[in-house]
Amino acid sequence: MAKVLMKGNEAIGKAAIEAGCRYFFGYPITPQSELPEYLSSELPKVGGMFVQAESEVSAINMVYGAAAAGARVLTSSSSPGIALKQEGIGYITNASLPAVIVNMMRGGPGLGTIQPGQADYHMTVKGGSNGDYQNIVVAPASVQEAVDMVMEAFDLADHYRVPVIVLADGLIGQMMEPVEFHYVPKWDLPEKDWALRGKGDGEKHMVENLVMEARECEEWNLAHYRVYRKIEEQEQDWEEYKLEDAEYAFVAYGTVSRIVKSAISQLREEGYKIGLIRPKKLWPFPQKAFDRWDGQIKKYLDVEMSMGQMVQDVAYACNDKHKIEFYGRTGGIVPGVEEIVVFAKKIMGGDK
Amino acid sequence: MSTQKICCAGFGGQGALSLGKILAYAAMLEGKEVSWCPSYGPEMRGGTANCHVIVSDEAIGSPVIAENAACLIAMNQPSLDKFQDIIADGGVIVLNSDLAQLHGSAKTDKIYAVPANTMAQNAFGSAKLANIILLGAVVQSVGVVRTESIEEAFAQVFGGAKEKFIPDNKKAFALGYTFAKGEHA
Amino acid sequence: MAVVFEKTKALTDLKMHYCPGCAHGIVHRLLAECLEESGDVKDAIVAVPVGCAVFANKYFNFDGIQCAHGRAPATATGVKRVQKDKIVITYQGDGDLASIGTCEIVHAAARGEKITTIFINNGIYGMTGGQMAPTTLPGMKATTAKNGRDPAVNGFPLRVSEMLATLDGPAYIERVSVSTPAQVTQAKKAIQKALEIQKKGLGFTFIEVVSSCPTNWGMTPVKAMEFVREKMIPYYPLGVYKDITAEGGK
Repeated sequence: MAKVLMKGNEAIGKAAIEAGCRYFFGYPITPQSELPEYLSSELPKVGGMFVQAESEVSAINMVYGAAAAGARVLTSSSSPGIALKQEGIGYITNASLPAVIVNMMRGGPGLGTIQPGQADYHMTVKGGSNGDYQNIVVAPASVQEAVDMVMEAFDLADHYRVPVIVLADGLIGQMMEPVEFHYVPKWDLPEKDWALRGKGDGEKHMVENLVMEARECEEWNLAHYRVYRKIEEQEQDWEEYKLEDAEYAFVAYGTVSRIVKSAISQLREEGYKIGLIRPKKLWPFPQKAFDRWDGQIKKYLDVEMSMGQMVQDVAYACNDKHKIEFYGRTGGIVPGVEEIVVFAKKIMGGDK
Repeated sequence: MSTQKICCAGFGGQGALSLGKILAYAAMLEGKEVSWCPSYGPEMRGGTANCHVIVSDEAIGSPVIAENAACLIAMNQPSLDKFQDIIADGGVIVLNSDLAQLHGSAKTDKIYAVPANTMAQNAFGSAKLANIILLGAVVQSVGVVRTESIEEAFAQVFGGAKEKFIPDNKKAFALGYTFAKGEHA
Repeated sequence: MAVVFEKTKALTDLKMHYCPGCAHGIVHRLLAECLEESGDVKDAIVAVPVGCAVFANKYFNFDGIQCAHGRAPATATGVKRVQKDKIVITYQGDGDLASIGTCEIVHAAARGEKITTIFINNGIYGMTGGQMAPTTLPGMKATTAKNGRDPAVNGFPLRVSEMLATLDGPAYIERVSVSTPAQVTQAKKAIQKALEIQKKGLGFTFIEVVSSCPTNWGMTPVKAMEFVREKMIPYYPLGVYKDITAEGGK
């Protein structure tokens, strides 16, 4: 298939359809509304179903039902709407159901701004619902990567029976880039014999959430964490950029990582030995990347469109909080290349 | 040049975003790396609308243009005032001279003042295609893509029922292209 | 030996945890019997609430899902849109449906979701221990309205059947009770009708059951049934509120 120029939001919609998703439940919010708009016209064409819910709360609970019924199902929103979905995400997680949730982040807190942000890192990576749990969080940095990651997200969700969150920012949703669609299933997935479809002549299926006995509830949680350990081992994903001779490494994800790459080009021209570790999944966090490069890196320069929500994970990954310097913009401001160059030079001094 | 950054700005409804989209499409058809990044806001019409188009031979880093733009297309006065400083030394400013005037000095002397609204009005009886006239001037003055690629982009963007728009778009493009050529002949 | 009575196979053999005099057990049985008699147990999926009926999925001998508080109509929407040919039922109490879940029930009804909702209205929060519900009658005592519900402070009860009957999406709405044998018979007929209409795909169906909660009302089961007849039903009149299958519609 030839490349087409598409907006991130619409490209994600098409990627979902290519990956076999036929159900979308959502609610409008800037800057992701093109995604439900696109799917409202495209899903019926492939025999799918689009429902505009009365709220984000309802939408995520519709997702819970559709996932329980065995469907590949998607919902999307932006920061304040994702905050509303957190309850449902917890239920879906607890019931071990697969679902994909797209968050086109904007600045917050509260109603915040509609401009792009990365300040939902804590909410999505650390968990914004109650209880002990993790969600897989993928973080695309381009429209093509958003497409690829959405397709992979459906496979990850079905394989591990967990919700997967696609954490992008408003810019990825709004910008157009050339994309192509090649869905290759990551696994040969088994039939969902646990799904609600009426018991027929067999045993009844139950999708449960209340575990009254504490011991039993602990067992449930431990079972989830056994899956999480497997995910941590198998699914870490990152990009290494110009690290071979690097003495300093930026750590950035999503849109910011692209701006950082532009900054690296400038800094390298001036002789600075600096590269980038870009987490492509934020959970599981790419510990292995830090294990690999930590020996030669003097300092990590964490740059985000937030007040430093990823810093603790970087500190944990390199096991030395003194090695981390942070630069961030908040409230919807996208940092420029120049200010990142200035920040980096201040850290590196004349160390070329 | 391996990377060119173009900023298109106007008020909502003037077609700044679609101007940038056709440019981006044409560049993609030439096999180049491209990004099209809009400002987005609550205003649907009448507010300011702008997009940043980056065309490159290599993977594009920041999709946002803060400086060193090869070209600014200013479709109205507020856009010119707001963005003229992001132009690179020796860059090109293409402005809709019906709605924008340069006051004082600019960072560049390569300025194409195109009376695009008047030209569109005269040719088509409405100002609707002023954006495509400006696009013609951009391709003539800055390059970025070939004329044939623009025509191919029209064919892709105006597919199916919209095909009837192609002849007027081609004509508007040619008007702008010829105007810019005459201006700096 | 001839079998004179047999418990419906649409219920499991688990011992229900409901209190003496509670209507849940009766309504569970009615729903189960209806499904068994129509041969639909194999195709039924129930969405259960947060509240006393949170374990209803264990008692019903067919597929089920435990929902977040108030969200059963949304979850059932998701199930039904995927499993279009199955019979999807939500079973909800008044705190769940008429308080935290008001938004979800109103919109599921407005969309005409082809599901059936069984709504147990006993005027109190049972599971959490007797707090005021949106359906608690004026003057009725609750642990969060110790001197009785005062409309000046707590506002007035919701009449859900009447409210939903104003919408175009519902196909059938009836309020029934189970405080007398005759009412039980009528309640079963109502549930049967709702399920038939769902099978025909005509729209949203809703059966409200005016019920009792002797434990949290602080009454004996017999007194509680009297209270249903003398106080609850006058405030929540029984009858059909909407029936698009009736002659001329209603």
